[in-house]
Amino acid sequence: MLGEGILKGLAETARNFAGSFVSAERLTTVQYPEQRIAPIEATRDFPFLVYDGADWEAGMRCVACQICEKECPPQCIYIEKSKDKKPDFVGKPQFYPARFDIDISVCMSCQICVEVCPFEAIKMDTEFELSTEDRFGGLLFDRKELAKPNEHYHKIHPTEAAEVDARLAEEKAKADAKAKAAAEAAAAKAAAPAKTAAVGDAAAKPAEGASRA
Amino acid sequence: MIETADQIFVLLKQWVVGLLPAGLQPVAGVLLSVVAIIAVFPTLFALAVWVERKALGRMQNRIGPNRVGPLGILQPVADGIKSLTKEDIVPLSADAAVHFLAPVVLVVAVFMGFAVLPMGRNMELVDMDAGLLFFFAMGASTELSVFMAGWSSRNKYSLLGAMRAVAQMISYEVVLLLSSAAVVMITGSLSLVKIVEAQNHYTWGLPHWYIFTPWGCAGFVMYAIAATAETNRSPFDLPEGESELVAGYHTEYSGFKFALFFLGEYLAMFSISGLGTTLFLGGWSAPFSFLGWVPSWIWFFAKVMLSIVVFIWMRGTLPRLRQDQLMNFAWKFVLPLTMLNLLVAGLWRFLGDGWERWVVCSAILVLAFAVMGREGMRREHFGPRRYRYAE
Amino acid sequence: MSLVFYAIAGLTVAGGLAAMLLKNTVHCALALTVAFAGIALLFLELDAQFAGFAQILVYIGAVAVLVVFAILLTRGSETPKGGVFSRNWLTGLAIAAGVFAVLGWAVLGSARALPGPGGTPTAAPTVTVLQIGNALMGRYVLPLEIVALLLTAALIGAVIVAMHEKEGAK
Repeated sequence: MLGEGILKGLAETARNFAGSFVSAERLTTVQYPEQRIAPIEATRDFPFLVYDGADWEAGMRCVACQICEKECPPQCIYIEKSKDKKPDFVGKPQFYPARFDIDISVCMSCQICVEVCPFEAIKMDTEFELSTEDRFGGLLFDRKELAKPNEHYHKIHPTEAAEVDARLAEEKAKADAKAKAAAEAAAAKAAAPAKTAAVGDAAAKPAEGASRA
Repeated sequence: MIETADQIFVLLKQWVVGLLPAGLQPVAGVLLSVVAIIAVFPTLFALAVWVERKALGRMQNRIGPNRVGPLGILQPVADGIKSLTKEDIVPLSADAAVHFLAPVVLVVAVFMGFAVLPMGRNMELVDMDAGLLFFFAMGASTELSVFMAGWSSRNKYSLLGAMRAVAQMISYEVVLLLSSAAVVMITGSLSLVKIVEAQNHYTWGLPHWYIFTPWGCAGFVMYAIAATAETNRSPFDLPEGESELVAGYHTEYSGFKFALFFLGEYLAMFSISGLGTTLFLGGWSAPFSFLGWVPSWIWFFAKVMLSIVVFIWMRGTLPRLRQDQLMNFAWKFVLPLTMLNLLVAGLWRFLGDGWERWVVCSAILVLAFAVMGREGMRREHFGPRRYRYAE
Repeated sequence: MSLVFYAIAGLTVAGGLAAMLLKNTVHCALALTVAFAGIALLFLELDAQFAGFAQILVYIGAVAVLVVFAILLTRGSETPKGGVFSRNWLTGLAIAAGVFAVLGWAVLGSARALPGPGGTPTAAPTVTVLQIGNALMGRYVLPLEIVALLLTAALIGAVIVAMHEKEGAK
């Protein structure tokens, strides 16, 4: 009969009303500042820059290639390339960002910067309590504020960070092997004339040791 | 002692008025009652807002407001301060005079309705011979203020909301009037005081409220439906459906004027609940004769608050109707039933005092409800609509 | 008494004049509402509660709302560019004068029918709603039923107009 559904619905809400007093499991919300729900692993909000080691400036993975700056849909990234170079994690000399600013108030959390970065340098953070009284400066993060250690990345996204680390280690191993092969080839090349000359032996050995290090 | 507790407000008023010179006394008496109404109902409004937010939260398995004061009881105060300190924005292209007048007209018209409600034994501002008519006349004036608000804002959402509101209020006002007319037919009076007195009798300790008769029960249900629609409450809140119209006719109102609309909406709820209580639930009379010692005004306000709780419960349960469902429901289901109810009320009057009238009247109403409900659902007048998608 | 009467009468006339003279159609409708309210207040001032409240209920609650509804649903509420006076205002004036004459004749006729000649007003009889109801259902039942028939005819006519349009659309 007409009206049955209404009665059923009223009973359901009444059950919810009474139940929410009795059992705390029913409550779908938590009292936020005091209680927090641990974020799930896929949580993301704004990007940050990953660095290895203890020194954020030396360990910064970013090489200022500016791909993210170009790809960013709302154009909230601003990068200035450095004049000099510093060695990256493989040991290859690279540029580094002299300035790296992200305007958090403009960022739309799309993660495109993370997708396009070939150096695993920019990742998504889970920090969301970023409110500030300064509307313009307070939400414009420079590279120092954006830099966070690799351990932090491991903490917020463990699975992803492990994958990234494995990939980087593989890359590094490959680079090492290549360097080693190159050094050996160089050494072999150096050794061939040395046999005839029989003098360069002492000079080639320190060179091989250097490339291995 | 019991008598004093029952009449405490009347005695208090007489005492205060007695302190004044004789020339001022009639004016002072009226003023005092008006002040009491203006003080009590906004306080109840604050309480109702808190109850509504808490209860809705619990129905959705949330806690509700709990930060301002213990259990969030001071939340209405915080809301009030917020709306008073907010900027009062009038849109540039709005009709400033009408835009300003709309909330004032609304609140004044709604407050006028309280003048004839008997809130306890001897507790009515004026015992008008045509009290019910006065109440509906004031209720009808609120429609115009809703239209004024929507039109003067020069905003398409406001205008759409106002048009919806006016169409809905016209449709359901017919139902509201006709369902109340049954009570008038039986009582033989338009005076609300007389209507309450007619219900204030007991048989075996049980009251003679009109809701306990077949026509009264049906009338009450239809009155409740019409009252919900008339006050734009969920599930009839199309005029301010936030998912479609931002906020309907008060989209362009902010600060204190918005607070007035909010207040007006709740006051309309109180006054229409008060009228429903008076017409069908015995007004200030006690539910059992042995509870007669409890002051009459407590019963009136308890019944009104109970109605408010039911309003909130409905809001927490039912989704919003579609416009065509709303209109079909009013004109093709509720209105014919109310007219039938008028006939049944007449029948009740002329069938005598025996048990036959109970059987005959109940049978007619239940049968009509079942048949019309089934037919309406089958023809998809107000039931769920079957959508045919492209295959 | 006279002061209140003049205030209310002034309000009513002002409302009526505004309804004719204002440019914006919706403003006119709202001014008309003010005039209706003034008439209702006049009724109340004459202790005719039933007539006063019925005036508010019917004219403000239904007629005024229907007027604004009709304005919004048909022509929109935009302000007309030109003057608000109709070109054949002379005809309008003639009709208005005719209506006024008929009303005046009726009022004067009823004044002559009242007892107590010589301008001494008799004590106004208190009429309760019950008496009005009895009169409507007893002595005046025929006019009441004729009005009801007229309204029903109008209702059916409106429904037929609406239905016809729908069939045509199909």
